[in-house]
Amino acid sequence: MATFEPALFARINKPDSAALKTYQADGGYSRLKEFLSMAPGDVTNIVKDSGLRGRGGAGFPTGLKWTFLPKDHPGPIYLAINADESEPGTFNNRYLMELDPHQLIEGIILACHAIRSQKAYLYLRYEYGTSYRVLDNAIRECRAAGILGTNILGTGVNCDIVLHRGAGAYICGEETGLIESLEGKRAWPRIKPPFPAIEGLFRKPTIVNNVETLCCVTQILYRGTEWFKSIGVPPDPNNPRDPGSFGPKLYCVSGHVNRPCCVELPLGVTARELIEEHAGGVWKGRRAKAVVPGGISMGFLSSSELDTKLDFAGPGRVGCLGLGTAAVVVVDDQTSMVDVLYNCCRFMSHESCGQCTPCREGTAWMTKILERIRTGQGRSEDLDLLLEVAGSMGIIPGTTICGLSDGAAWPVKNAINKFRGEFEDYIRSRRASVTSAQKLMAVH
Amino acid sequence: MSVLSEELREKIRAEFPKYPNKRAVTLPALHLVHDTLRAVSREAIVEIAELLELHPAEVHDTMTFYNFFKDETHPLGRHRVWFCRSISCALRGGEELLETVCHRYNVHPGETTADGRMTVEFAECLGACEGAPCILVNDVCHMNVTPDSASALIEKL
Ligand SMILES: Cc1cc2nc3c(=O)[nH]c(=O)nc-3n(C[C@H](O)[C@H](O)[C@H](O)COP(=O)(O)O)c2cc1C
Ligand code: SF4
Ligand code: FES
Repeated sequence: MATFEPALFARINKPDSAALKTYQADGGYSRLKEFLSMAPGDVTNIVKDSGLRGRGGAGFPTGLKWTFLPKDHPGPIYLAINADESEPGTFNNRYLMELDPHQLIEGIILACHAIRSQKAYLYLRYEYGTSYRVLDNAIRECRAAGILGTNILGTGVNCDIVLHRGAGAYICGEETGLIESLEGKRAWPRIKPPFPAIEGLFRKPTIVNNVETLCCVTQILYRGTEWFKSIGVPPDPNNPRDPGSFGPKLYCVSGHVNRPCCVELPLGVTARELIEEHAGGVWKGRRAKAVVPGGISMGFLSSSELDTKLDFAGPGRVGCLGLGTAAVVVVDDQTSMVDVLYNCCRFMSHESCGQCTPCREGTAWMTKILERIRTGQGRSEDLDLLLEVAGSMGIIPGTTICGLSDGAAWPVKNAINKFRGEFEDYIRSRRASVTSAQKLMAVH
Repeated sequence: MSVLSEELREKIRAEFPKYPNKRAVTLPALHLVHDTLRAVSREAIVEIAELLELHPAEVHDTMTFYNFFKDETHPLGRHRVWFCRSISCALRGGEELLETVCHRYNVHPGETTADGRMTVEFAECLGACEGAPCILVNDVCHMNVTPDSASALIEKL
């Protein structure tokens, strides 16, 4: 394979990469006027033809989502940018916002033009203070240069961006939780339909897109759909419903590796390549026991599944929930899966918004059962009990409003199905491994 | 006497033009008040509600959904130091880091040091897992933190 040239990350190592002047010197905004003179539908068609799928976790085709907006709507129509990035293991949006904010802003302007929106709300998790200040400055630079505001570059197109800071809740990343939070309410996800494209923010048609997705839009407009489709994995010819996995992807690698990193590669690299070639291998000369393929919600790969391609279809083939955020977390062979699973369950229990009983109670009970196992009080029937609870919660069994619950169930299902022996041995040994430091971390 | 100064009220009003209704200013207003007063008291909730033309219960409902905001019974110290307890940090010593710092400063997570300098808290994944374990000091992230480098950061607060 020819060496891969980063596109999303082409500028991030350059000096002063966040400044408007360096972005423009590298050709940024140079064709914005031309793109804004195109009919909105033509911009949508380019994105649709590229095969771009959302990078926020669900992998929904971006151009197709944009066509769900009502035709000839009098407006306003809104774009909501999902910068809540809170899935454990995930940090690629942070790189994009801190190191190349104008690539994102250009993508926002292009997307707004395509969907006929004049106002974009960027929902930024509170913890990203540096991103906030960099974006705030970049937006000011654009307004001063006539790139944001009314009559952008004399094209008659209007667009402005409002930065809105969250307050530390994972559920604000779910698109309708995000909308409720932006409206000033508790972030309780909405029952769908209606989907946001029909009735979203302030009850108006709304498109929610992830930061990386919008950066891809900029690259697709400048480099073309052929370029985008030359990267990644084409659709499976035996599956007419597979839209393929085109384009570059920002993979995050963390946990027990020598060089944790965020790296841009074609969709479809394997977990093994990421660990060995990009993250310096597993630390301390150890081996990987389990690998999270795309944020903890997606479950686990076992050590025999490391050659799984991390494209949109790959993780599902080995029983994981999906590609998710492509955030890879490596767990070495000296680590207890009981501890790892406890950490995942504790997170989900803490972050469940509480409005669906199977999710609120299920996440809490799974955490309690794992706590019991960790303190040496586990019972042999606990593993089946965990599987039963996990199997009854989520959109897939149809008992909850949003996907947090499926993401809470998946690590449990994968851990117990793929590492059952280790859990059984642990329970049988009646060992209590929980340390004083771990005790301090109990849910509250 | 009102708890929100005129300056703070002006800052909240300055948010209004960004949104089609005033309710959407709830989070920005809570942040402004919380940053300045280190807690959002019952009185402050009533005053925010007046400004946003909401019922105080609506502001209270939103505020309490986000564990982020403190009420007057648990005011924040001058600084807030968050320790990530999610998976990538836990795998690289985040739990032990928190324990050591809590011992050193004689606080439990959720509490403020006796001198009022810092409130220690848990955070879930800070989105900086390549630098695990990491901590957030107010809203600035520090990566690859050891007990000693954490203490050095805290001493400078
Ligand atoms: C519990 C939960 C948390 C989510 N968190 C995020 C997030 O932090 N960022 C994000 O872009 N998408 C997140 N999503 C996915 C969004 O709901 C939505 O699919 C996405 O923002 C759409 O943008 P995209 O099509 O560009 O990917 C989350 C979904 C769920 C169920
Ligand atoms: S599934 Fe869980 S997080 Fe999602 S709406 Fe229901 S209770 Fe809330
Ligand atoms: S797990 Fe700690 S920053 Fe992500």
